[in-house]
Amino acid sequence: MLANYGYKDGSGEYFITVDTEKCNGCGDCVEACPAKVLEVIEDQYDPIEGDMIASVTDAHRKKIKYSCGPGKPVSNRPPLPCMAACAQDAITHSW
Amino acid sequence: MITAGVDCGAKNTKVVLLKDGEIVAKSIVLSGFDQRAAAEQSFAAALEMAGMSKSDVSNITATGAGMKEAQYAQDTVTEVGADAKGANFLFPSAKTIIDVGAEEGRAIKSDGKGKVIDFAVNEKCAAGAGSFTEAMARALEIRLEEMGPLSLKSQKAVPMNAQCAVFAESEVVTLIHAKTAKEDIARAVHDAIADRISSMVRRVGIEKDVALIGGVARNVGFVKSLEDNLEISFSIPEEPEYVSALGAAIVAAEHAKNK
Amino acid sequence: MAEEYWRWKEYNWHSPDIDWKQAESVTAGVDVGSVSSQAVIMTDGQLFAYSNMRTGSDSPDSARNAMNWAMEETGMTLEDVQYVVGTGYGRVNVPFAKRPITEIACHARGANWMYGPGVRTVLDMGGQDCKAIHCDERGKVTNFLMNDKCAAGTGRGMEVFADLLSVSIEEVGDMSFDVEEEPEPVSSTCVVFAKSEATSLLREGWPKSKVLAAYCSAMAHRVFTLLERIGVEKDFAITGGIAKNSGVVKRLEQEIGFEALKPKHDTQIAGALGGALFAKALLEKERKK
Repeated sequence: MLANYGYKDGSGEYFITVDTEKCNGCGDCVEACPAKVLEVIEDQYDPIEGDMIASVTDAHRKKIKYSCGPGKPVSNRPPLPCMAACAQDAITHSW
Repeated sequence: MITAGVDCGAKNTKVVLLKDGEIVAKSIVLSGFDQRAAAEQSFAAALEMAGMSKSDVSNITATGAGMKEAQYAQDTVTEVGADAKGANFLFPSAKTIIDVGAEEGRAIKSDGKGKVIDFAVNEKCAAGAGSFTEAMARALEIRLEEMGPLSLKSQKAVPMNAQCAVFAESEVVTLIHAKTAKEDIARAVHDAIADRISSMVRRVGIEKDVALIGGVARNVGFVKSLEDNLEISFSIPEEPEYVSALGAAIVAAEHAKNK
Repeated sequence: MAEEYWRWKEYNWHSPDIDWKQAESVTAGVDVGSVSSQAVIMTDGQLFAYSNMRTGSDSPDSARNAMNWAMEETGMTLEDVQYVVGTGYGRVNVPFAKRPITEIACHARGANWMYGPGVRTVLDMGGQDCKAIHCDERGKVTNFLMNDKCAAGTGRGMEVFADLLSVSIEEVGDMSFDVEEEPEPVSSTCVVFAKSEATSLLREGWPKSKVLAAYCSAMAHRVFTLLERIGVEKDFAITGGIAKNSGVVKRLEQEIGFEALKPKHDTQIAGALGGALFAKALLEKERKK
């Protein structure tokens, strides 16, 4: 499953996508994120299987543009901590 | 030499007349639904204040979202460019400029000589600009000018969950029904918008001194929230809404010299 | 802001042909949304009863009321229901639910039952959010996004316009087609800015119908761009309150290039229905243990 967390508003499209086929629930991204945007929880979208997967916390889903902002400087963009930490390449950002 | 800067903002249209590096007149007119008319009126008012006629002005530069509507202007400059020039004129030591207007927020990193190095913009969403506070003032049934002083009285931080101005309005109504003090709601509103502006400022990086300009800088409650959030204090001009127009007038003077 | 107003009729229904006392499993799903709440009861995986009501100020009460109303005149009481799943915005506030399940999973599952296994894309346009979901032939979510941050593209955004123009929300759809020529869509996405844009259009002398047409097509376009992020595959179904607004739905279908499936049941019960189906699966899983 591709889980798209985030939103689109007048200013743009801000989504963090977790590919749950690739995610193994290791939690490296959770540790890496300075803004504590991610957590590893039971898959809310497949309650029957209920695998442990990385997802964006409820508190951040409506403001990831701002939560992730300091990690996306306008110049000399470094790779994002969550994406860099994920050995499975399961995380992408839309902006 | 006399030049003019016109800032066609979403809410107000401002004009600054500059004579040999000194401000000789300023005017502000509500942009309303006819920005072209507002641009004419604002310019006429500034000329009248200075006792001048249009022919005395050697060059006119326009800026702001509706800059094309100032048809009498010879050229235009981006809002970011005008901000950097204007802020540098007032605060030569400023390296970071934060401009919060009615419909847009901007963070600019400047070289300290009025040149832009980097910038970030929040636009097309009311949540990150003055419109947000305005909508919340309506929900609180108080005047916009009261929001700032009211929120300074707050002793308690109340979280605001809604990000969108439309949803935040309902949240404010719910808070009122739950008997939350109006000053705490006002502070929650300012903390919320300060949170968004500070994230944008962090994207360009903070280098002192930091100037805060734009009409929203008049809101003492917002200023307090943003200062607390970024843990720094700002240089704020007495009339922060004119800085872009001033910057445009400076650009007009530079262009006139080069002609 | 106008007071909340109820847009669609509240009602309940139950099947006269089913004797629930003979059923091996009796499960329910309760969907407490921001505007409306639904309860669906299934017996052995068949639709037995449902209700659709407005959500009150208190989520647990709304959940109880919806459930009681669905059971009305059936002789069933809450004790007879073996497993209840709560879903929707107030899903954690359904006191008699065994567990909450996100509405995205429930909508996919509900749409799969309602429209059949051919459904691949489900668009749910609710009161305060907009969800786009891809699901497989079993109704399992394969791709989704949910926009509940921004009012644009939600029922709430439409209400702001209905208020501004003093038009009842039910009339919006028809009225928006009462134009000689389709106008350009309203250019601002943000509802706050779109509202000022509409105000100036009214000042220019635009009739209400033309302003509504411009807003409905802006809303259709916005929802379309959200859908594009996950892609639109056939069969395509629209659920939620805005599915009843032809002004948005027809314009959206035009943009997509094909039509949405015509609903067999009230689309508003899709979430609760999915909840009842999950309840059945979870009950069976429990019994196997």
